[in-house]
Amino acid sequence: MTNHWVDIKNANLIVVMGGNAAEAHPVGFRWAIEAKTRNKAKLLVIDPRFTRTASVADFYAPIRTGTDITLLSGVIRYLLETGKYNKEYTLAYTNAALLVHPDFKFEDGLFSGYDAEKRKYDKSTWAYQLDEKGMAKRDDTLSDPRCVINLLKQHVSRYTADVVANICGTPKEAFQAICEHLAETSAPDKTTSFLYALGWTQHSIGAQNIRTMAMIQLLLGNMGMAGGGINALRGHSNIQGLTDLGLLSTSLPGYMTMPSEKEPSLQAYLDKYTSKPLADGQMNYWQNYPKFFVSFMKAMWGDKATADNGWGYDWLPKWDKGYDVLQYFELMHQGKVNGYFCQGFNPVASFPNKNKIVESLSRLKFLVIMDPLVTETSTFWQNHGEQNDVDPAKIHTEVFRLPTTCFAEEDGSIVNSGRWLQWHWKGAEGPGQALTDPQILAGIFLKLKAMYAKEGGAFPDAINSLSWAYGDPHEPKPEELAKELNGKALADLPDPKNPGQFLAKKGELLPGFALLQADGSTASGCWIFAGSWTQAGNQMARRDNSDPSGLGNTLGWAWAWPANRRILYNRASCKPDGTPWDKKRTLIKWNGEKWVGVDVPDFKADEAPGSPMAPFIMQAEGLGRLFALDKMAEGPFPEHYEPFETPLGTNPLHPKVISNPAARLFKDDKAQLGQHQQFPYAATTYRLTEHFHYWTKHARLNAIIQPEQFVEIGEELAREKGIGHGDMVKVSSKRGYIKAKAVVTKRIKALQVNGQSVHHIGVPIHWGFEGLTKKGFIANTLTPFVGDANTQTPEFKSFLVNIEKA
Amino acid sequence: MSLQSQDILRRSASPTQPPIAREHKAEVAKLIDVTTCIGCKACQVACSEWNDLRDEIGSNVGVYDNPADLTAESWTVMRYSEVEQNGKLEWLIRKDGCMHCADPGCLKACPSPGAIIQYANGIVDFQSEHCIGCGYCISGCPFNVPRINQKDNKAYKCTLCSDRVSVGQEPACVKTCPTGAIRFGSKEDMKEYAQERVDELKTRGYANAGLYDPQGVGGTHVMYVLHHADQPELYHGLKKDPQISPVVSLWKGILKPLSTIGLAASLLFGFFHYIGVGPNKAEDDDEEDKV
Amino acid sequence: MSKEKLISRYNAAERINHWIVAVCFVLLAISGLAFFYPAFFWLTGVFGTPQLARIIHPFVGVLMFLGFFRQFFRYWHHNLFNKEDIKWMLSVKQVLSGHEVGDTGKYNGGQKGMFWLMTGCLLVLICTGVIIWRPYFAYYFPIELIRVALLLHAWSALMLIAGIVVHVYAAIWVRGTIRAMVEGVVTHAWAKKHHPRWYREVTGDKHKP
Repeated sequence: MTNHWVDIKNANLIVVMGGNAAEAHPVGFRWAIEAKTRNKAKLLVIDPRFTRTASVADFYAPIRTGTDITLLSGVIRYLLETGKYNKEYTLAYTNAALLVHPDFKFEDGLFSGYDAEKRKYDKSTWAYQLDEKGMAKRDDTLSDPRCVINLLKQHVSRYTADVVANICGTPKEAFQAICEHLAETSAPDKTTSFLYALGWTQHSIGAQNIRTMAMIQLLLGNMGMAGGGINALRGHSNIQGLTDLGLLSTSLPGYMTMPSEKEPSLQAYLDKYTSKPLADGQMNYWQNYPKFFVSFMKAMWGDKATADNGWGYDWLPKWDKGYDVLQYFELMHQGKVNGYFCQGFNPVASFPNKNKIVESLSRLKFLVIMDPLVTETSTFWQNHGEQNDVDPAKIHTEVFRLPTTCFAEEDGSIVNSGRWLQWHWKGAEGPGQALTDPQILAGIFLKLKAMYAKEGGAFPDAINSLSWAYGDPHEPKPEELAKELNGKALADLPDPKNPGQFLAKKGELLPGFALLQADGSTASGCWIFAGSWTQAGNQMARRDNSDPSGLGNTLGWAWAWPANRRILYNRASCKPDGTPWDKKRTLIKWNGEKWVGVDVPDFKADEAPGSPMAPFIMQAEGLGRLFALDKMAEGPFPEHYEPFETPLGTNPLHPKVISNPAARLFKDDKAQLGQHQQFPYAATTYRLTEHFHYWTKHARLNAIIQPEQFVEIGEELAREKGIGHGDMVKVSSKRGYIKAKAVVTKRIKALQVNGQSVHHIGVPIHWGFEGLTKKGFIANTLTPFVGDANTQTPEFKSFLVNIEKA
Repeated sequence: MSLQSQDILRRSASPTQPPIAREHKAEVAKLIDVTTCIGCKACQVACSEWNDLRDEIGSNVGVYDNPADLTAESWTVMRYSEVEQNGKLEWLIRKDGCMHCADPGCLKACPSPGAIIQYANGIVDFQSEHCIGCGYCISGCPFNVPRINQKDNKAYKCTLCSDRVSVGQEPACVKTCPTGAIRFGSKEDMKEYAQERVDELKTRGYANAGLYDPQGVGGTHVMYVLHHADQPELYHGLKKDPQISPVVSLWKGILKPLSTIGLAASLLFGFFHYIGVGPNKAEDDDEEDKV
Repeated sequence: MSKEKLISRYNAAERINHWIVAVCFVLLAISGLAFFYPAFFWLTGVFGTPQLARIIHPFVGVLMFLGFFRQFFRYWHHNLFNKEDIKWMLSVKQVLSGHEVGDTGKYNGGQKGMFWLMTGCLLVLICTGVIIWRPYFAYYFPIELIRVALLLHAWSALMLIAGIVVHVYAAIWVRGTIRAMVEGVVTHAWAKKHHPRWYREVTGDKHKP
């Protein structure tokens, strides 16, 4: 979230799309209700199903799954054509006026530079026109046809209300109402908050779904505003922390990139990722990349990281390709993986095409499970009848189960969707032989180190060089880890403004990332967490909820990255001249010397209003991007591509390019994609309030309130198929089938799309062959093994099935 | 200082006034704002946790309602109703459970002295150790709430967390409600807050929004804010004008004095008849048959 | 040695049957009145605890019904009304002052009325009793029906109790009657006076008084 949970209450319009906040985030949803009851906000829900969120909404519109870009592009068209967007904001704070490379174009569903064989783009034309100094050219009159906003107008011109209705199945009047509601918040004193979650990310075009919405927020002038922003409601309590700490195969903590084979040297690496300015006078904060990286390396290797050895650059692995879960299980399926560590993860249940996952695990030599629960992955080799029809005699994978504690059985911090690091204290001791994850990992590490010392090995350096400065090497404490992530001074850091003074003395915990150095004099495990545990103590444990502004910016409650800032890009809450767009939402103001306010200014503190410095300080040109340059895999503008399994069999916009042309699709998985002739119904998976993922089926109270697996179908389809309330049905895709009870509902209606009637089938996840609920099938037996082109997040939300009475 | 309750307004099957000296307590109420309820069932879980209840793990019967009905071990359940009117679909979700009537039908019907009591704050509470399992409370209840436990043949229902309330805390469901749809306080305050909600709903086009505090049972200490207060039946059959069934009123009302009179009359008649007429002896006219 | 001339009115099986029903009735009346009248709730103590009273009551009810059922088939044909009974009933005032009226058979009009009242009450009681019987049967019936059943159960029980009061009083008042149900016999005089036609039938005496 660029904003935070409490801030939702400041919105005038809340659009829930690509998510079901009431269902999946009932606690945070309180703030949406507060917005309604206290701020007279309107709540809009756009979803294939009339959801729990829709039950308290002012307005609901149906949409076919996987067509959000079409609807949102239609909104952009409406805003641009009617002129109902915040023009001053758009001109000053977005790249609307910047000129795009002359060779950039879009034709027949493809952007310039496509290589059909590699399914990849050469992105060299996805760029600005640069002047002789290498700065982006701009035309503030917006008359140049190559201005971003003019190209955007042209790009979205195809998304008329008719096209939206035809592709999305959203009635024209409903679409018109959505446009009008959104357009109202282009007023400087009105904001929209979009609440979205996995309903947008889990598509082959997931990242672009979100981008399209982000572009609307830029046009409406809602970024940086209280009650605005882009608000990803994270799917796990600490999944924000997971990405913050770089637990992705090509990431490092703090959103740095793991080196790849293409960067053989530290210099090559830093050159690539240290941002070069695209406009004069900008903060261009990623220019500090070397400071963050070197400090990270000092945290990793300690004294062993020196300028001479490139801070240990050679000890970091270099990737050849992303090892996302789809890639990894594909390799496992090909028999190229021997062992797999499964820590707090239940791939059999959570990953697409469950049968492929089980086959893959069956080809391992060993599998290590670290989990507090009996996961389906830990018992994938057991026969559970139809629900897991395997022959244990034929599976040779050796499974080790290491019971861990769960979050309530250890101290630590959890990062919520609003980027708050909240310290928590253990509520109980772990049961039985359960150990904490750090204890287990420390044990493995120390054993490996001892084995290297005794037996040697091909590359012991990385293991041997790792810094392991914990009081008890066998049990790194949460406090120690937290301090390590925050970082400390390794030498006295002189204050450049006050000679003789020091910003931090050697050994002190750092007050923030501004002090990080590229010369090895600071260490910080995750630069964005710098400031979370300072000399003043554990900032994450603060519990002062005073709220002087009434906007919910409780700076004394816990600690938010970066720098305890609650609303990102908050400089954009003021006009270029420094006056707030809306007085009631004053977050920061210029006091003549510096920026101050109820939030930590997201700007150079002493940069006076009127300077050319723009508010999006992480960007090289300081601007919000309507044109994404080369940052996205499938294009700088969002474009509608059908799900890989589409009920239409075509893309009405460009029949030759049906689905995301840049998405990766493995050969075997392509063969396992179903066609609409055999599998005519659009299916989507989702969570229910009563359960959390595959955990709570192990908890009796949750099992009581949602005991048995079901699927949801509309009354019309039920009539056609002769299915009644509570009947057992069989839902099948090209990859397998599940059997579940039928919930027949008025809340799912057939949609008229491209001349045909499209029925949706809702498939809640949560059940499996372990746990206290009635035994069920793994819902992901049905889902396809294909992901978003940028993130490889699987397309759980759009696929094809058939249904029959079981 | 006595630990006993001395604020008992009414006590089942007790013809005389129970201890009432501490009756100054304000009436309390739980207000359920159906219009901001998302049906998450957190209240169901909180209820089970606080009251240490663990119901059976049931099955899906084709709807979201689970458990499918109130039981002796599920004192509150969410009721989901899909309603389509004038082309507009609504998913009305109502938390069901004891309404804590001012004139409680269960208490009226209960034959066991002290098995059901009504505190001065309005809470109607079952004292299970006095329950004899006859189920009369079920027939007395206009809302079909109490349930008999198969294990011990005693009736159970929501206590409005009388244990929590008595020490100044709100009921567990209120405490846990994530959207703030359930509130708790004095009945006066709740009515005032309900009015705010109703006014707000009217600005959103719910012309018939209103408070559900049915006077047929003397008002309730669990109230609803409804978008369609004119059609409470839409909310899974919530009764428009609930009353203690006239049959129950007859049974527990007029029948008692009538039968007292009848029984007394027959006994007195016999007694005085005997005194007046004396025994009816058959004269021995068989003398000729004797020797 | 008594010089009385005796007639057998009830054989041993009949007497045992009657007293089983009677004991059942007493238990049922005690517990039923306890459930009905708060002031009589202490009567449940007869059964040990109130819960036991609630549990035992319906089982005793079934026993009573079965017992009565047997009696019904013994006596129903003696209890069909005839012209003499109407005469009896119209002259009930005279009867109450101790003067018999009409040529009464085994049972007089009042007894027949009582028989049918008891039969009616028992039928209502057994039917409604099953409907309200927890935990076994009540679950199968709608709440509205249970409410009506509860009312009818109480009402018919009270009718029955009132009837039994009359029944018992009549037995006490009409001397020689209790002996019929205890020893099984009545005197000729008793029979001749109260049930002349029955007397003639059992003695073969053609002489009508």
